[in-house]
Amino acid sequence: MKEKLVLIGNGMAGVRTLEELLKLAPEKYDITVFGDEPYGNYNRIMLSPVLAGDKTIDQIMINDRQWYIDNGITLHAGKKITHINRVKRQLETAEGEVFEYDRLLLATGSRPFMLPLPGRDLPGVISFRDIADVDTMLETAKSHKKAVVIGGGLLGLEAANGLMIQGMEVTVVHIADVLMNQQLDKPASDLMLHELEAKGLNFLMSYETAAIEGKKRVEKVVFKNGTEIDTDLVVMAVGIRPNIELAQSAGIHCERGIVVDDTMQTFDPKVYAVGECVQHRGSTFGLVAPLFEQAKVCANHLAQMGIARYVSSITSTKLKVTGIDLFSAGNFIGDESTEDLVFKDAARHIYKKLVIQDDKLIGAVLYGDTVDGAWYFQLMRDGTDVSSIRENMLFGQHHIGDSGHGASNSVDGLPDDAEICGCNGVCKGDIVKAISKHSLFTLDEVKSHTKASASCGSCTGLVEQLLASTLGSDFNDTPSKKPMCGCTSMSHGEVKNAIKEQGLKTISDLMVALEWKNADGCHSCRPALNYYLLSTWPDYQDDPQSRFINERVHANIQKDGTYSVVPRIWGGVTNANELRAIADISDKYKVPTVKITGGQRIDLLGVKKDDLPKMWADLSEAGFVSGHAYGKSLRTVKTCVGSEWCRFGTQDSTGLGIKVEKMTWGSWTPHKFKIAVSGCPRNCAEATIKDFGIVCVDSGYELHVGGNGGIKVRATDFLCKVATEEEAMEYCAAFMQLYREDAHYLERTAPWIERVGLKSVQAKVVDDHDNRKVLAQRFYESQEKSQDDPWAEHAAKQRENYIPIKQVG
Amino acid sequence: MQNWTEVGSVESVPQKGSRVMTTPDGDVAIFRTSGDEVFALFDQCPHKKGPLSQGIVYDKRVACPLHNWVIDLSSGEATGPDEGCTRSFDTKVEDGLIYIAL
Ligand SMILES: Cc1cc2nc3c(=O)[nH]c(=O)nc-3n(C[C@H](O)[C@H](O)[C@H](O)COP(=O)(O)OP(=O)(O)OC[C@H]3O[C@@H](n4cnc5c(N)ncnc54)[C@H](O)[C@@H]3O)c2cc1C
Ligand code: SF4
Ligand code: SF4
Ligand code: FES
Repeated sequence: MKEKLVLIGNGMAGVRTLEELLKLAPEKYDITVFGDEPYGNYNRIMLSPVLAGDKTIDQIMINDRQWYIDNGITLHAGKKITHINRVKRQLETAEGEVFEYDRLLLATGSRPFMLPLPGRDLPGVISFRDIADVDTMLETAKSHKKAVVIGGGLLGLEAANGLMIQGMEVTVVHIADVLMNQQLDKPASDLMLHELEAKGLNFLMSYETAAIEGKKRVEKVVFKNGTEIDTDLVVMAVGIRPNIELAQSAGIHCERGIVVDDTMQTFDPKVYAVGECVQHRGSTFGLVAPLFEQAKVCANHLAQMGIARYVSSITSTKLKVTGIDLFSAGNFIGDESTEDLVFKDAARHIYKKLVIQDDKLIGAVLYGDTVDGAWYFQLMRDGTDVSSIRENMLFGQHHIGDSGHGASNSVDGLPDDAEICGCNGVCKGDIVKAISKHSLFTLDEVKSHTKASASCGSCTGLVEQLLASTLGSDFNDTPSKKPMCGCTSMSHGEVKNAIKEQGLKTISDLMVALEWKNADGCHSCRPALNYYLLSTWPDYQDDPQSRFINERVHANIQKDGTYSVVPRIWGGVTNANELRAIADISDKYKVPTVKITGGQRIDLLGVKKDDLPKMWADLSEAGFVSGHAYGKSLRTVKTCVGSEWCRFGTQDSTGLGIKVEKMTWGSWTPHKFKIAVSGCPRNCAEATIKDFGIVCVDSGYELHVGGNGGIKVRATDFLCKVATEEEAMEYCAAFMQLYREDAHYLERTAPWIERVGLKSVQAKVVDDHDNRKVLAQRFYESQEKSQDDPWAEHAAKQRENYIPIKQVG
Repeated sequence: MQNWTEVGSVESVPQKGSRVMTTPDGDVAIFRTSGDEVFALFDQCPHKKGPLSQGIVYDKRVACPLHNWVIDLSSGEATGPDEGCTRSFDTKVEDGLIYIAL
């Protein structure tokens, strides 16, 4: 017999836990759910848009009743549990029915706090928490005129805005002089106050309510300063309290909330709790992002995998009142130990404040222009050292080093047919529709439904913004760590650590040890794991079946299924003999297109797969090796003619480029890696948009890192200057090795440096001489094994992989 | 009655990999899973005709090398939110040899 799992509280956190559990262990439990609201599971956050008339109740259902049936879950909607007997493991409903459990999950949410005022029980005095409250508001708006909202926080303002849209005359009463004082400072609040007043809301700031009066129903609100105001409806939105009565009555240890440990277990090991009802390490919760993280952890333990721990992380907030852009996160008030960066343009209704402590961003308030919210939030969570970008960071990500127009345009202002994902041709409208229609919550879900951001990923920021603005909260920001893929809940960093700490040497050992959900993994984790193992263990046996086709067959697949072949041309320098050999080979295999590439070499396009090994054999014979134009590896070293020919040249850039290419070719890296060497600051080799760029000057060599010329152009950061060629090469080797070891798979140097901060790279490669030498040494060692030409090897030994297994007819 | 054509030995197809068999009607991809099951699909992705034989194989699925659609090896159907189907062929293994019903 299966164990019985009972969930009390059919809300957002509890049901999300069940969803996560069903993914991990669909057959483990016999599941029963009790909820005292008479519905399936709905998206509480979306009550604000329902009130504002933008959504219907049907549209905000996350799981309808059919979902429970399909998953074999018994739902008792509209039944309240009033008693828990922990000794007998029994529950009792308000009607006196008795049910049994083996494991219990409490997700009773929270309760709106009602000020203990005279008259608070009068009809027409409500809170804003559930569908019933919204129904009351919509009904009242039809027949009555005036409304008072007590509480100028997030919830109160959303209620006020909705009621105003429903045609009521609304006054917001707030006890402090700062609106949303949990999220805003005074200047931002003042801007917002003006804008909301212009929209038609009335405010009574620094007013304290004394009583609510009326005969049959509410008629007026009286204040401590003696004034009063007529009204037909009072909505109280002054805060929430964890709903702990049930747990308390059962003797489960509670303080402000039900106390849980890092595994979401209460003091009774049979009883777990998640959501707004819990208290974890002294904190209680009021936004869904952390609750969804809790759900994951709790499901992991219910499935008895027993590895996840909940760590609370900073959260960010957005307001869902249309026309008001607001973002806040972290410690935005600051104190003596912090510094503020402030930008204010009252005429354009823009205010930004960043709070910095010890060179790290710890808080942000953005009003009017929230485009960079996701970026700031990322910097905060990653603890990036911001000292090198500090001067410009207030102006946004697109002012930092890059001149492209990637992810930093405002999405809210875009029309529905604006293309968001250039790779897959997905428009804003499609994404927004998919998010609402399929109730998508995370970036991965949007990816798999729309393919947006599933390819190059440069639109990820925009898609995240769309998620945030459509859902009203930074959902995707939930995981402060993003899992590698659907096969695991571990992040790239955690997997990499585990490989080292647990000495995992093969993909299959790793998948067993780290409890991968799919025995074979998937197309997104296998290549990453293969890379991590390869870059960690010098003796790792490469797994060709875990590589993308281009790396598996050492050529680039083209859209018609043919391949392109790019031989290495050292430093872009060739000669008549090499060109003649390429010409002959092109003739022999009837190569349809021969093209000079941007990386100073020659691309032979349109080669059939079965011709590849023959062609490579011929190329090897003529002295060529693979150009790795297909790999996450060193691509080209671009050079200019330098002091040998150019009248401006200061050093032998061509010669240095060739040496660097001979040193680095064949190395596997997290993503492609490009190098260039220019002979003088005129920079004809475009070294400042490469992953590693060398610019020669009279007195030596300037080294630049983290440039990128792709979808989003980013100029390099200046790493340091060195005096000799030998040093330039050593720094190059050390930098590449650090990138190889530290970056996530498929992370180019530019986002990697933005994530870890230039300072930390400089500390390891420039300032710490010993560390640089150790890094470089590790690079040279791994190169000893990597510089066998894969073309020669495949041409000699693996021809059968390139020819049909059989030909019929 | 099915007409079985011999393809070659199971060992000649890599585990979690594929080999191509050419026919007058186009290429057929022969897959071998980690559990040594053998499947055969027309070597064209239902999306934009990508060569499925060149994809990454896991469980009983293959991810197309061009745009990562994931195709079920036994039915030829695209999985997840994508919709489309490619032709699949019956296969059997006898004495270590693969046969396919064309
Ligand atoms: C109008 C509104 C707007 C919001 N906007 C945002 C936003 O933009 N961003 C954001 O992150 N968060 C927002 N929130 C907060 C978010 O909705 C909550 O954090 C989240 O719903 C809490 O989830 P939960 O599962 O802990 O509780 P709930 O979703 O409240 O679920 C608890 C459920 O348990 C039931 N229950 C309680 N006791 C019993 C019992 N004894 N027996 C049976 N059933 C019981 C309750 O009826 C309830 O259905 C908003 C909330 C509201 C009300
Ligand atoms: S970068 Fe300087 S040395 Fe090199 S070709 Fe240009 S001008 Fe000449
Ligand atoms: S820019 Fe690159 S990816 Fe785009 S079409 Fe040209 S070759 Fe293809
Ligand atoms: S052709 Fe297969 S995914 Fe596009």
